[in-house]
Amino acid sequence: MTELEIPVEKWSGAVRLVTLGATGDGGTRTSTVTVGGETTLPFLHFEGQIPNAPVVAAEVVDMHPADWSPALLEALGDDTRDPAAWARKMVGLGADLISLKLRSTHPDQGDRSAADAVATVKSVLAAVGVPLIVYGPGVVDKDNEVLVAVADATKGERLALATCEDKNYRTIVAAALGNGHLIVAQTPIDVNLAKQLNILISDMGLSLDRMLMDPTTGAVGYGVEYTYSVMERLRLAALMGDGMTQQPMICSVGEESWRQKESRVADGVPESWGEYATRAVVWEVTTATALLHAGADILVVRHPRSIAQVQRSIAALMKGV
Amino acid sequence: MALTGLQIYKLLPQTNCKECGFPTCLAFAMKLAQKGTELANCPYVSDEAKASLDAASAPPIRLVAIGAGERAFEVGNEVVLFRHEKTFYHQPGLVVRVKADDPKIVELTARMVSSYAVERVGMSLRLDGIAIEDSGGGAAAFAAAVAVARSAAPGLPLVLMSTDPAAVGAALDEAGADRPLVHAATAANWQAMAELAKKHSCPLAVRAESGDLTALADLAAQVQDAGVDDIVLDPGTSDPAGMLAAFTQLRRLALKKNYRPLGFPIIAFVGAGSAEEQAAMAAEAITKYAGVIVLDGFEPALIYALMTLRQNVYTDPQKPIQMEPKLYEVGAPTASSPLLITTNFSLTYFTVSGEIEASGVPVWLLVADADGMSVLTAWAAGKFDAEKIAKTVTASGLGGKLKHHKLVLPGYVAGLSGEVEEELAGWEILVGPREAVEIPNYLKSVWKAD
Ligand code: SF4
Repeated sequence: MTELEIPVEKWSGAVRLVTLGATGDGGTRTSTVTVGGETTLPFLHFEGQIPNAPVVAAEVVDMHPADWSPALLEALGDDTRDPAAWARKMVGLGADLISLKLRSTHPDQGDRSAADAVATVKSVLAAVGVPLIVYGPGVVDKDNEVLVAVADATKGERLALATCEDKNYRTIVAAALGNGHLIVAQTPIDVNLAKQLNILISDMGLSLDRMLMDPTTGAVGYGVEYTYSVMERLRLAALMGDGMTQQPMICSVGEESWRQKESRVADGVPESWGEYATRAVVWEVTTATALLHAGADILVVRHPRSIAQVQRSIAALMKGV
Repeated sequence: MALTGLQIYKLLPQTNCKECGFPTCLAFAMKLAQKGTELANCPYVSDEAKASLDAASAPPIRLVAIGAGERAFEVGNEVVLFRHEKTFYHQPGLVVRVKADDPKIVELTARMVSSYAVERVGMSLRLDGIAIEDSGGGAAAFAAAVAVARSAAPGLPLVLMSTDPAAVGAALDEAGADRPLVHAATAANWQAMAELAKKHSCPLAVRAESGDLTALADLAAQVQDAGVDDIVLDPGTSDPAGMLAAFTQLRRLALKKNYRPLGFPIIAFVGAGSAEEQAAMAAEAITKYAGVIVLDGFEPALIYALMTLRQNVYTDPQKPIQMEPKLYEVGAPTASSPLLITTNFSLTYFTVSGEIEASGVPVWLLVADADGMSVLTAWAAGKFDAEKIAKTVTASGLGGKLKHHKLVLPGYVAGLSGEVEEELAGWEILVGPREAVEIPNYLKSVWKAD
C-alpha cells in the first residue's frame, strides 16, 4: 500500500510569545521563562512548531497554610513556614518558576500590610533566581493595594501580577504598565469573556506580550470538562488567527485539585476511592495532564510528586521535536 | 458519509408501490435520510442498492462491542475531534492487565476488577474488563489462566493478550462465546489470528510497530478481507508523544478523510510506571481518542481519578449532568446550621458544596430544580425566581426542622430577597456571596443563627 497521507491543518495563527522574569534593567532573575509560540495544537509536532515547552510553576504561600491537605503539608515539611525557603525547595524539586500567593494580606487571614507583602516578595526574589507569579489575596480592594505596592517595589522584574478580573483590571494593569511587569487576566470559563477582558486590557496600552490568560480551572470531578473545552476553543481560535485569544494560558491546577474532598480527606470515605496519598497526587496529575492537552502553557501545582510527574510528561511530550 | 434523500431515491425501485407505508419512493427516501424509517421496510430494494446504502450509512469509526451480556461495552462511532463540536459518545473501556503466569493473582485481580464500583454524581462507575497477558507458558497455561479469570469474574469482558495463535486458539475454545477482544494480530501472525477471530466472531486488535500507520492500515485491510469486521487498532506506540500523534492522526483520517481501513476504535496501553505516571498516560488516552485503555494493575486510587475524568470528558457539553433537586447535607448539619439554596447545575452544586466542605461548617444545602442551569442563567431564564425558591423551601419541610428561619440566597439573586420574603411568611432572607469562593468566609464570619 502507498504511504498514507496524514491530514495536516494549515493554521494561520500562533500563540503569542510571553517572557516572564528579567535578568537586567531592574530584573534580578538568573534565568527567564518564555512560553507560547505554538503554531499547532498541543504537542502535534508533525503539524507545526512548539518552540517552548509548557512549564510548571510551584505554588508557595506567604503563611503556613494550616488548612491545606495533610498529604501536602507532610510532603512539603517545615519549609512552608518560610516562603523563601519554600520557594527554594520547590525550585530544587524542578519547578520552572514560583507562584507566590500573598494570602496573609487577606482581611480574614491576618490582614497583613502591603509593606509586609513587598518584604515577602523581595525575600522570595532574593531566595530564587526563577521568575515569579504573584497572586494577591483575591479580594478586589486588597488585591489592588498589595499588588500595586509590590509592582512599584520590584520595577523591571517582569513579575506576572495575578489576577486581573473585569472588576479590577485597571489598577493592576496600570501598575504593570508603569513597572515593566506582566499580568494574568482571569475570566470565568467562557471564551467571549476571556477575549473581552484581553481587549479591555490591551486597550489600556499593555502590550499583548505581557499578558497571560487564566480561563479558570476546574479539577477532575469538579468541572475540568468545562475548562478543558473552553481552553480547546480558545486555542483553536488562536490558531485560526483570532488575535485576542492568543495569550498563553495558565491553570491553577494545584489550588483547585487540592481543595476537593478526594485530596483532603483520608478517612471515612468509600474504600473504592483507594489509598489516600496516591489518590491525592493522582488527582492533581490527572487534572494537570488533561489541561496540558487542552493547551495549558503554565501549570501551577503543589505537590513535589506532581511537579516531578508533570515535568516528566512535558519532557516526553516534547520529544518528537 | 450519510446520503441525502435524493441520493437514496436514485437507488430505490422508483415504482411508488406504497408497500413501505409511504406514498412515494421519494417520501420513503427522505424519511430514510432522516433515519425515520428503515431500509428493510421496502421489500423491493436490490441487493446492490442495499450494499451501497449500507456502506454509505456506516459510521466513519466502526462501533465495536467487546464482551457479551450485561457487562459488554461498545466503543467507536465517534463523530468529532473536539468534544465541544458535538460530544464524545462511547467512553473508553478501562481494563486492568494481569499476567497469566500466576493463577492466584489472576483470580484475585479478576475478582477485584469485577466487583469494583464507585459512586459519582449519582452514577455507579465500574471497570470494563480484564486483560490476561500471555507470559509465554504455552497454550494450555494461557487457556487455564483465562478459565480462572472467567470463573472468578463471570460476565466480565476479557482481552486476550498474546501473539501466539496456539495460545489464543486454546483460550478462545475456553472463552470464545464471551466475545473477548483478541490482542493482537501482527504482520507475522495475522492469517491465523484472523481465522480464529472469525471462527469465534470475536473482535480483533491489529498491532503495528512504533506508530507506523501505513502498516497498520495494511493489516486492518488484510484481516477485514479475511472476514473480520470488528477491529481495534493498536499503532504500537508506548510513549506519550508517539501515542498522541498516532491517535490524533487515526481520528483525523477516519473523520476528515473517511478513510475506511483505519475507521476503528483504538486501544491504548499506559505502561507499567508508577500510579502518577500511569495517570498521565491514561489522562492523555481519555482526552485524546482511545477506545480501550489497558492499565497495569488494580490501583483504586488511580482508577477512581481516571473514571471521574472519563465521566467528565464524555459528558455531553449540551446536556451537563444535573443534580437531583433535593435537600443535601454537607457535613452533619443540625437544627441551627445555616440553610443555603442554589440551583441543580452539577458544576454549581459541586462548586458550592466544595466550598462549604472546605469551610468546615455543616450546612443544609437546598438544590432547586432550575433545569440544570447555573444561578445566573436560571435567574435570567425565569427558572430560579422568588416563587420557585419559596416553593422549594416549603417542599423541603425544613420549616419544622430548623431552630432559625433564615434562608441564604446566592449573591447573584440578591434582588429577589424582598419578593422571597413576601412569599415565605416567617422567614428571614439573607444574601450570601456572589462567588462560591467567598462562602467559607461568609459562613465563618457573617452568618449567625440568632
Ligand atoms: S416499498 Fe419500496 S418501491 Fe414501494 S414505494 Fe416504498 S420505497 Fe418505493
